[in-house]
Amino acid sequence: MSEILDYLPLLLEGAWLTLQITAGAAVLGLVCAFASGLAAVSGSRTARAVSMVYVEFFRGTSALVQLFWLFFALPLVGIRFEPIAAGIVALGLNIGSYGSEVVRGAIKAIPKTQYEATVALNMSAYRRMRSVILPQAVVSMLPPFGNLLIELLKGTSLVSIISISDLTFSAQILRSGGSDTLTVFLVVLVMYFLMAYALTLGMRALERRGAASIGRGKIPIQRDVAKLPEPV
Amino acid sequence: MDTDKLADVVHVEPPAAREMVRFDKVVKRYGDNVVLRELDFHVKPGERITLIGPSGSGKTTILRLLMTIEKADEGKIHVDGDCLTHTRRGDHDVPADEKHIRQVRKKIGMIFQQFNLFPNMKVLRNVSEAPVHCLGLSRGEAEARAIELLELVGLGTKVDAYPSQLSGGQQQRVAIARALAMQPKVLCLDEVTSALDPELVAEVLNVLRNVAASTDITMLCVTHEMKFARDVSDRVLMFDKGQIVEEAPPDKLFTQPEHQRTRTFLRAVLEEH
Amino acid sequence: MIWDWAYTWDILPELLRGLVVTVQATLVGSVVALVLGLVLALLRRSRLAVIRIVTGGFVEFVRSTPLLVQLYFLFFVLPSLGITLSGFQAGVIGLGVHYATYTSEVYRAGIEGVPRGQWEAATALNLPSSRVWRSVILPQAIPRVLPALGNYVIAMFKETPLLSAITVLEMLAAAKGIGNQTFRYLEPLTLVGLLFLLVSLPASFTVRRLERRFGH
Repeated sequence: MSEILDYLPLLLEGAWLTLQITAGAAVLGLVCAFASGLAAVSGSRTARAVSMVYVEFFRGTSALVQLFWLFFALPLVGIRFEPIAAGIVALGLNIGSYGSEVVRGAIKAIPKTQYEATVALNMSAYRRMRSVILPQAVVSMLPPFGNLLIELLKGTSLVSIISISDLTFSAQILRSGGSDTLTVFLVVLVMYFLMAYALTLGMRALERRGAASIGRGKIPIQRDVAKLPEPV
Repeated sequence: MDTDKLADVVHVEPPAAREMVRFDKVVKRYGDNVVLRELDFHVKPGERITLIGPSGSGKTTILRLLMTIEKADEGKIHVDGDCLTHTRRGDHDVPADEKHIRQVRKKIGMIFQQFNLFPNMKVLRNVSEAPVHCLGLSRGEAEARAIELLELVGLGTKVDAYPSQLSGGQQQRVAIARALAMQPKVLCLDEVTSALDPELVAEVLNVLRNVAASTDITMLCVTHEMKFARDVSDRVLMFDKGQIVEEAPPDKLFTQPEHQRTRTFLRAVLEEH
Repeated sequence: MIWDWAYTWDILPELLRGLVVTVQATLVGSVVALVLGLVLALLRRSRLAVIRIVTGGFVEFVRSTPLLVQLYFLFFVLPSLGITLSGFQAGVIGLGVHYATYTSEVYRAGIEGVPRGQWEAATALNLPSSRVWRSVILPQAIPRVLPALGNYVIAMFKETPLLSAITVLEMLAAAKGIGNQTFRYLEPLTLVGLLFLLVSLPASFTVRRLERRFGH
């Protein structure tokens, strides 16, 4: 057991990099998801086509193939990524294509009557999206986004194959260094599980806040204007 | 509700034309189904009209076309002297673009059967959001006016509630305040009490009676509440199969309908109530 | 010219051989995932709380840890416990078990979607519980979850390249091997991507049609 203490620092370092890559790819993925999802519901035929190609391409091929393509094939046409950047870009674009479907689905699921109400109030298309549609749609995006975030965390292990020293890579190093592989891998699996669990808890908290923001679930204490003391 | 107060809060600009609403040979189809066939009619400024008729006769479609929620297939619609559906380019009329529609649509408001409040906004913001972004009021002004309006519809204590915390009748009163906050010259009321429990109908109709009594807003109303129609409207239009069958002041149309179709319809409706 | 067509035709047969392995792994992995998923779903409804909790914990754990690490575990760690698997065996077991945790959720939703009245009717007929499951519940639950199961089979297909990390010569490994010899990665890797699209796009299209037919 004391051996664990010897290799724990290496694993923690790997886990830290795993989290950083997860965060970077999540941000990129979120940007792609909203850009592509909004394009998919836009009035522009071109924007819809671009979004569709992006989504079908990245969902239709494998994340590891995309990573390899970015890392090994693109340099041949003169585009070169640092390994970590390649990992973040590949994973971000990949998860963004799934996120795009989430965004599109959530927007499409807002009842038509909400759209009609914005017309009756003479709102512009931008104002409709910004004040009415998105605030409601984002709330229903949160649970599927939570699932995608866990998929992304798991997916970051792929970067170990292009020799980025994330948690999975650290485990492989220890294995080839002759450590007790059973313990090493059990510890690594538990570390992944704990990270996933922490992310899930975070997303649940966000979901509760989201539900409250549209008047569902537990709503924060009401400020009853009529009962406020008169200003002195 | 204080009627004079309402007149103070809701300022309706004087009409610019002699007809507030005019439909010119308007045709609306859904696939092969013709809902409105070359419909002509007009509404004078300040006039209150009620549209009655069997379901599927096209009454609600009229309101939805006027509100630009749906597009007419043929014909033109004018509001307060401006054409809502077309703009003039050279010596042609071309279908209006979004910018033109928004310019004319400012004059129109609508209250829906299902209230259609925004669930993500508290009551105060439901009423003040559009005035801030579409009329250019400051947040402070818009909220002050919203609070006044909400007090006038009897919901001064609910400004900080979410729609989901209100009863149907309360939600519909918020929707009325929301529509009035935009200072419309024309108000479309689409079966505004149909989704309400019977005991909540009166509170909504009373608010509307007061709006009718104390403002000059032109109203087009689709309703099954015949008593309300009788109290409020100047003219009742009976629709069937996308055309006006008969029109008359309520006292005349409800007591001595001329048309056989109107008689059968009224009998059926009155028996039900 | 960046793209070398002659080279492309040269390497295509080898990549197609890799595709065969990819498809084999997907098929065997799917069988494992579809059967084990149903077993897990039924165990999660067990009358014994211990079984429910252990199964639930297993599903949660496997679902929230990376498939790649699980594959390494099967391939590199199990031998130290005296269990030695070939790369392909470890690969299909890994894929199958990982995706079984997903399909078990699908089955569960399908089972919960069967109306209560069906259970009550079966009880009223005094059917033994194994008969209820086989004749009443599963025949209703499974057809409506077929599209969702299909989506997971496609997802599994797209994850088979991970098997290249445990020495399985599937399509990506073949492409990588070619690239290592010739130092030209563009053609093999692009072809692999296209071959994936060639299979997964029609497959997704079919599943979407299934979805519409089952009225989702």
